[in-house]
Amino acid sequence: MTTIDVLRPHAEDAFAAELAALAEQDERPRPERWRLSPWAVATYLLGGELPDGTVITPKYVGPRRIVEVAVSTLATDRALLLLGVPGTAKTWVSEHLAAAVSGDSTLLVQGTAGTSEEAVRYGWNYAELLSNGPSRAALVPSPVLRAMADGKIVRVEELTRIPADVQDSLITILSEKTLPVPELGWENQAVRGFNLIATANDRDRGVNELSSALRRRFNTVVLPLPASLDEEVEIVARRVDQLGRALELPELPGGTQEIRRVVTVFRELRDGVTADGRTKVKSPTGTLSTAEAISVVTNGLALAAHFGDGVLRARDVASGLVGAVVRDPVTDQVVWREYVEGVLRERDGWKDFYRAARELSG
Amino acid sequence: MDDLSDLYDVHDPRKTPGKDKGEDMTGEVTLLGVRHHGPGSARAVGAALAELRPDAVLIEGPPEADPIIGLAAERDMVPPVALLAHAVHDPALAAFWPFAAFSPEWVAIQHALAAEVPVRFIDLPAGSGFALRAAEGSGQASDEPSGAAADPIARLAAAAGHPDPEAWWEDVVEHRLPGGDPLAPFAAVAEAMAVLRDPDVGTPGSPSAHPAGAPVASGAPGAGVAAGAPAGRRDELREAYMRQQIRAARRAGHRRIAVVCGAWHVPALGALPAAGADRALLAGLPKKLRTEITWVPWTHRRLAQWTGYGAGIESPGWYQHLFDRPARSAGPGGGGTGLVSFLARAAALLRGADHLVSAAQVIESVRLAETLAAVRGRPAAGLAEALDAVRSVLCDGSEVALGLVRERLVVGEALGRVPAATPTVPLQRDLFRLQRTLRLAPDTADRELTLDLRRELDVGRSLLLHRLRLLGVGWGTENASAVNSTGTFRESWRLHWDPEFAVRVVEAAQWGTTVEAAATAKVTALAAQAVELGALTGLAEHCLVARLPAALPAVLSELADRAALDTDAAELADALPALVRALRYGDVRGTDAGALEGVAQGLATRLCVGLPTACTGLDTAGAAAMRARLDAVHGAIGLLGRATDALSPTGPAAAGPEPAGPQTAGDLADRWAAALAALARREPAGSAATGVPGLLRGRAVRLLLDDGRLDAAEAARSLRLVLSRAAVPADAAGWVEGFLSGGGALLLHDPRLLTLLDGWLAEVPGDTFIDLLPLLRRTFATLEAGVRHTVGARVAAGRLGPGGGAAGPAEELDQARADAALPTVLRLLGRAAPPDPPAATPVRIPRQLDRRSAA
Repeated sequence: MTTIDVLRPHAEDAFAAELAALAEQDERPRPERWRLSPWAVATYLLGGELPDGTVITPKYVGPRRIVEVAVSTLATDRALLLLGVPGTAKTWVSEHLAAAVSGDSTLLVQGTAGTSEEAVRYGWNYAELLSNGPSRAALVPSPVLRAMADGKIVRVEELTRIPADVQDSLITILSEKTLPVPELGWENQAVRGFNLIATANDRDRGVNELSSALRRRFNTVVLPLPASLDEEVEIVARRVDQLGRALELPELPGGTQEIRRVVTVFRELRDGVTADGRTKVKSPTGTLSTAEAISVVTNGLALAAHFGDGVLRARDVASGLVGAVVRDPVTDQVVWREYVEGVLRERDGWKDFYRAARELSG
Repeated sequence: MDDLSDLYDVHDPRKTPGKDKGEDMTGEVTLLGVRHHGPGSARAVGAALAELRPDAVLIEGPPEADPIIGLAAERDMVPPVALLAHAVHDPALAAFWPFAAFSPEWVAIQHALAAEVPVRFIDLPAGSGFALRAAEGSGQASDEPSGAAADPIARLAAAAGHPDPEAWWEDVVEHRLPGGDPLAPFAAVAEAMAVLRDPDVGTPGSPSAHPAGAPVASGAPGAGVAAGAPAGRRDELREAYMRQQIRAARRAGHRRIAVVCGAWHVPALGALPAAGADRALLAGLPKKLRTEITWVPWTHRRLAQWTGYGAGIESPGWYQHLFDRPARSAGPGGGGTGLVSFLARAAALLRGADHLVSAAQVIESVRLAETLAAVRGRPAAGLAEALDAVRSVLCDGSEVALGLVRERLVVGEALGRVPAATPTVPLQRDLFRLQRTLRLAPDTADRELTLDLRRELDVGRSLLLHRLRLLGVGWGTENASAVNSTGTFRESWRLHWDPEFAVRVVEAAQWGTTVEAAATAKVTALAAQAVELGALTGLAEHCLVARLPAALPAVLSELADRAALDTDAAELADALPALVRALRYGDVRGTDAGALEGVAQGLATRLCVGLPTACTGLDTAGAAAMRARLDAVHGAIGLLGRATDALSPTGPAAAGPEPAGPQTAGDLADRWAAALAALARREPAGSAATGVPGLLRGRAVRLLLDDGRLDAAEAARSLRLVLSRAAVPADAAGWVEGFLSGGGALLLHDPRLLTLLDGWLAEVPGDTFIDLLPLLRRTFATLEAGVRHTVGARVAAGRLGPGGGAAGPAEELDQARADAALPTVLRLLGRAAPPDPPAATPVRIPRQLDRRSAA
């Protein structure tokens, strides 16, 4: 592969060494055209240490069960649907699954409201079509068609954003593993090893619900939000660090504490219960995903660096926090104030945070 | 032929402790070490007994139950059931031994009864167990450590590198295919336990015998952890007793004895040392307590509970399923037939709940479960795989749908039945005992009973009646003054015993063995089910009057949760006064009010935040209802403050500088005042979406004024603003109503207010005045008569400028009449009731004043 300075290499390039080591030492049976056995794919995602001492870094931090179900699904030639709120690493998991199973994560259909049938089935090279008439040479295959021909994994991002009629063109592909081309009186039958991973956001409004016919053809795996505070703090800290470097923000003291507080607030409001599990709180209308926590902290960093005293303080993050929590000015406002007065107020060591939150919410 | 040492020789040539001791046995006893409530164990026990055809079956369990063991064969006896033993003098001292259809012990009982061979329980008698427990002092110490720390299976699984002991046991034992020697697995388990019990390997004095289970003692969950050492000694005692029973059975001439016991005990029972040592050990037992034992119906849900009387089996429904659908074929089908039918049942269940599931999906779920088992390296798909497959394929990833499957299939809703011939339940006994000690005989005739709560006997009676009422036994009905009874020492009841109550008592027996325990359990369960906040505050009050301190935390935490999630501030407002009342009068009954106060404080804080919002967008009726709530909450918060001050030694004076510790009373009052002030500042209802009716804004100003948080000048300013020309007259009239209701004397004390009001009224256009008249009439009608008259007089006096039309001429008339009446009044000098129509009284007031100053 090219070694030029791309902004973001594909998973199979970035982790080529790990994949090679796994393939070398993997002695378990592999489904046809799989680069690795299901067990090795799970190890690649979850991390581990190989017999020869090669360390596989974890790609997905979360329940083992999720990855095992996902890999088993692909092995049973059922299509896999990854559901989850924004910021739960759906795309990330699908990319790494495709890279580990097929060694190729580039067969991708990006779902939008404007995704057409050509993107899912096939299009035509009109110059060729006009000069030589319909033929296989005039056919422009979609990523799905190419994956069927090569026996690889194809990914469909944001499946629920694709218009319903286009979505349904997947039904035949998934149930009969074939794609007819009536213009040529020909059909393209999928080679063993072909499968499809779709991702969809289950909290979005105004999406195109999957038809039940299509839904039945998927095994569904719901990716959860991070299970523990520490896990989420770590994810946020890591991403904030990366983003901060990309934005060339100076490293500021006080970061860890504020990240922990922001994540705590997010988790408590999201879960509807305080971290000690003793008090219930109302949840606001927004999703409060990890991704939003990351943006709150990054925003706070920028504020502290450019307008503050160079230390990340409670008031730097509080403004972004209020914005993230209070989406609906009426109901969320009450939720937030109840939370501030009922929970933050009496928490030891949170005085500055409480004061900042209080000032901002009036 | 089925000697234990034989077994070891055949199936495991290695030398084991069991083999050494096996030499001195006569080849009669076969030990079947089981995992309590393990379906694989149960099947294996069934197969082993069929093979052994023993002439006596001994089972780990309370020997007191021997006389009623035969009931297990009755047609009306349907598991899950439990043996319930309790000490006669103290029904709270009780223990349960639950049995499900898939319990190995149950299988053994059924086998023996069907084969008509003697079957006996050989564990330490429950009476001795109770005596030990009583001797240990705590009285509540559990027989078994309930945590997994003492679980031998967990230790074995950990040794095998398996994090989940349940799954490990399923893999190595429950999923084991039949065929070959039915006794082989018992030998293997026995050997493993022997190694585990070896002091060099296992924990010395490792306390627990049980992977999960029976018997489960009543008492506080987790109490057993503290009683670790005695439990170790108790195990020694139990094993000595069991050995003695085995010896007795052999002496009785039985040739082939099968012993079904927890796997942990097998090594100890396999070795039969000299009987003298055991006798000596058992001689140290305290005197047995008189114990009664009976069968009670049980449920799968209770089997699934870790605490209390549960057996800690997480998936009784799944076990039942595995037991009903034994393995039929080799290969993946070993778990397969069970797996397929389980998934098919899950599909049927989901379809029944309107969740569309096709047969094709069931096929796919089976494939996924088996692939998962392969990926995870398990020999067959177990519960974890089945549930993962159900979630991903049948439920579209939804945890809600999966919850249904978990609830109905994995735990299950099976409810056991016991035959009519079963002995009576301990709750009945406890009730009889209480009726005797409290001298309250059940009587079908009506009878009045007045209780003085300062007398101990009457307190006991009151508690009994309150608790029975909670249990659905309406023996006593509290008389009409019930509302205020919490504040007095007097309670009056009407007693009427209905024969039907006997049935109710039996029904209530599921909640516990004593009236108190049963009422506590029932209130706790009711609290978990309660939907409305009001129901929960009611329960909290019940907890206080029935003195159920153990139930109160559950009710209060439920209350706090419900209050936190309740978006309807009106409901919160309705709940708070009841709670504060309970708090204020709680000490009459000697109840700890700390937790209650915490909840009340939390509720009050929420109200401070939520109430102003709840006052928007109300119509006239809604506003009137809300005004009543505003007053009630205001009073409650005032009481709450006083109650808190009484509790804190520093008193309200020290409240100010106190740091951010627990919320102080003054603090709460401040917050409430701030909320009221915010309410008062809101826009009028008609003008903005966030507007608040004048009635409520006026009320808020008034409440603040009464508390001295607003001075009269400020109140006058508010009044002027609301009465200014720009304001809608109807809103202004509402404001005035809110402001004046419940005492209009301030109109007299602050002439500014009256002047403003009077000026406004005079300027209102004629048409509007007619519209406002009913409202104003209503407002002033609620004022005290004296105030009304004085206001009238002041207005009539004309100092306020030209007033309402009617007042002017009235003044002259009044003055004349007053002068005429004056001599008479002076002569009376007593408390002369004002017989005159209202117009006469303004005269009286100045005269009275005069009289006082003269005197």
